[in-house]
Amino acid sequence: MGNHSDGSPNHSGTVATAGQNEVEKFQDPGIPPHRLRLADTDPKAAKRAERQVALLFAISVVGTLIFLVAYFAIDLGEDSSIATIRLQNALLGVGTAFAMLGIGTGIVHWAKALMPDHEVSEERHAIRYEEDRQAAVRIVDDIVEETGIKRRPLIRNTLLGAVALAPLPAVAIFGDLGPRPDNKLAHTMWAPQDGKLKRLARDPDGTPIKAADVTIGSAFHVIPEGLNELHEGKLNEKAKAVVLLMRLDPASLHPSEGREDWGYNGIVAYSKICTHVGCPVALYEQQTHHLLCPCHQSTFDLTQECKVIFGPASRPLPQLPIAVDDEGYLVATSDFHEPVGPSYWERDMHERSINS
Amino acid sequence: MSAASTAEPAFVAKTKAGRVTDFVDSRVGGSGILREFGRKVFPDHWSFMFGEVALYSFVILLLSGTFLTFFFDPSMAETHYDGSYVPLKGVEMSVAYSSSLNISFDIRGGLFMRQVHHWAALLFVASIAVHMLRVFFTGAFRRPREMNWVVGCVLLILAMAAGFTGYSLPDDLLSGNGLRIIDGVIKSIPVVGTYISFFLFGGEFPGTAIISRLYMLHILLVPALILLMIVLHLFMVVVHKHTQYPGPGRNDNNVVGYPLGPVYAAKAGGFFFIVFGVLALMAAFFTINPIWNYGPYDPSPVSAGTQPDWYIGFVDGALRLMPGTFGDWHVEQTWLGFVFTFNVLLPALVPAGILFTVMFTYPWIERWITKDNREHHVLDRPRNAPTRTGIGVAGFIWYCVMWAAAGSDLIATHFHVSLNDVTYWLRALFFIGPIIGFIVAKRVALALQRKDREIALHGRETGRIVRLPHGEFIEVHAPLDEYKRYKLVGFESPEVLPAVPNEHGVVTGNEKRRAFLSKWFFEDRVAPATPAELEAAHGHGHAAVESSEEAKSLSH
Repeated sequence: MGNHSDGSPNHSGTVATAGQNEVEKFQDPGIPPHRLRLADTDPKAAKRAERQVALLFAISVVGTLIFLVAYFAIDLGEDSSIATIRLQNALLGVGTAFAMLGIGTGIVHWAKALMPDHEVSEERHAIRYEEDRQAAVRIVDDIVEETGIKRRPLIRNTLLGAVALAPLPAVAIFGDLGPRPDNKLAHTMWAPQDGKLKRLARDPDGTPIKAADVTIGSAFHVIPEGLNELHEGKLNEKAKAVVLLMRLDPASLHPSEGREDWGYNGIVAYSKICTHVGCPVALYEQQTHHLLCPCHQSTFDLTQECKVIFGPASRPLPQLPIAVDDEGYLVATSDFHEPVGPSYWERDMHERSINS
Repeated sequence: MSAASTAEPAFVAKTKAGRVTDFVDSRVGGSGILREFGRKVFPDHWSFMFGEVALYSFVILLLSGTFLTFFFDPSMAETHYDGSYVPLKGVEMSVAYSSSLNISFDIRGGLFMRQVHHWAALLFVASIAVHMLRVFFTGAFRRPREMNWVVGCVLLILAMAAGFTGYSLPDDLLSGNGLRIIDGVIKSIPVVGTYISFFLFGGEFPGTAIISRLYMLHILLVPALILLMIVLHLFMVVVHKHTQYPGPGRNDNNVVGYPLGPVYAAKAGGFFFIVFGVLALMAAFFTINPIWNYGPYDPSPVSAGTQPDWYIGFVDGALRLMPGTFGDWHVEQTWLGFVFTFNVLLPALVPAGILFTVMFTYPWIERWITKDNREHHVLDRPRNAPTRTGIGVAGFIWYCVMWAAAGSDLIATHFHVSLNDVTYWLRALFFIGPIIGFIVAKRVALALQRKDREIALHGRETGRIVRLPHGEFIEVHAPLDEYKRYKLVGFESPEVLPAVPNEHGVVTGNEKRRAFLSKWFFEDRVAPATPAELEAAHGHGHAAVESSEEAKSLSH
């Protein structure tokens, strides 16, 4: 009876039971008696609250004035400094805040201190009355009957068919929202043009890179030569073609079969677009030879051909085969041998068609 | 009767304002509306304000957003910046980014409006989320409000959509990377992903169409849908009338509170200005989304420590938590020549899918388990529904783990711990966090119920120690008045509903599952104290003390 035990499992699970067979409950005592506030009994307190409310409204007026002064007195000319903008922003904000908070707190204070605070009780009503339901059913029956839709299935069925088909043009008309993907994702700007191999250039200025410039331990952000001269689709090409170029001790690279000549003297180039969801893999940890994607922390190991060693990416970064041309500049000997960037449904098909 | 009413002389207003009012009223029937709603009763509680905050944030979003549209140009055409922000002078960028910079630096009040707009957007989603937690934990979603709960869930999704489409508009580096991630996630969708990506971006990423398309969604379609849903939401609030917290004088057949006019209207109306004022203060002193620091979008650079706006964080965090490889086994699989990018697909869709499915269907799940088909207008105190509270906390923690994972790199750098360790821990918490949360929250709720029971039966502790004639010391407990006591004892405590046979005399498998869940829900329960127990406690004050000591020794 009335125990306060913890719910021990061998005790039918109930943590605390009411007395046996007791269905009796406490009676609702009703709304508690109203308690008067200070302002209800003391005219001085009421007067004080009145003045406080008026003061808050007056503060709001001051806020509005601050806003107007800040708006007109501070002019953002050609040579406006960050400090000016910051000052104006702060004053506009303070002005608005005073203007709004003055009104808001004033009204709320008025309501809480001076308006009657008697709680009242109101009956709830049924959301739906049975009488209404029956009337509604009769009306719907009448309407259906008058249309005759039940007696004339031919009309009903042809209407259904027509209505079902009518939205199709609306779907079709969105067919030109974009071009078909075809194999656009499979190729980048690195493919040799008219037999000429593309040079590796610095991002963003576009100056070509000599092999001799790449010292051990250094890293370059690379774009294909000619990217900056594109007039259309520059960002689209850049989003696929950006590459990271690094030089390691050749002994620490372990190129797999067929990839031995993809680097030059320990200089290797890998796609900078993460194979997870496409962020730029922009962080190179020089000591560990790891590449890290700052978006979702996928980590790739340069010494193992950018194999994923941590994080949500599942595929290694694609490698760009590079060599040196007769002027000593680094060039890409071919496009990537697989699509770069995030995976997509047709990716494997594209990879096979590239390599066939 | 009708003769009498026609005989009544027509009303003639005496003042000018009265004549104008009468003109309008006699044409739209305002008197009837005012008669119906002017004194409508609203219950009052601080936790009812979150929905109001959401509504007011939305109004502020419309106001500040309208200002921004006058100056923003959603074009992705290339231009060279020529505004007054010196570090970016002459830099190649899109017109959208350039016009966002102009709003910030060359239009008076533009930066303030941008900041108000962004802060209001963050507050909008946050207040919706907190409002939903309030509704969930107090059981306000129960009949007749299930459909309004669903409308609220839709509003949450729309608010997130509004936020994300707006976040991307300035075409800065940070939001561009956000779009890049969205593109990567879309491309992982089997069969149609590549097509959806091309259709959304008007070709390859990033293309030149996405900003103006998002702009249309952001300023027209999504706000219109939000407005429509808000109208539905409030309409249903009027139909149902507001819920109220349990207490003396409150029951499912009445509504106790202040009349709309003047007190409630004044408080609610005044609160709009307070929300606006607080947002203005935040806009004045706390920089949000300083796009000029990020630079224009370029697919090559990215800054470390990138963060999405908070409400997208849980999806981004889930993406981070998913391992892409297990040893040498790749999560991404190629089957029949097609790529299944499970390492993206699973974290992007499954947690959000589970979260939203459970959220949308929860009122029906609980209704099925409890077989409770009655109307509820009195809220549950969260402690009085321990299992529901446990479920809510489990979901909340699950969400928070994913959300925290979106800042795994910042956690690592801030607390000087290994990024990999942070990820491993969060991966573990992803699974065990909700379980621990459920157990702890349920136990806390039960403990609070027991405390309520104790106070109801034995009064509150006064801290006054009295020595009895035979030497025993006792602490004097002061009995509660009947109003305070009723708040502690006037709740329902449902019991386990065992499986019952259907009309054919068969206990179906479905019914067995329901009974199992009912047991899980209600087997641990604290029954409300009864008058007889109170009587007994008064009569034998010592017996109660002894039995509680007994219980303590049991729990050792």
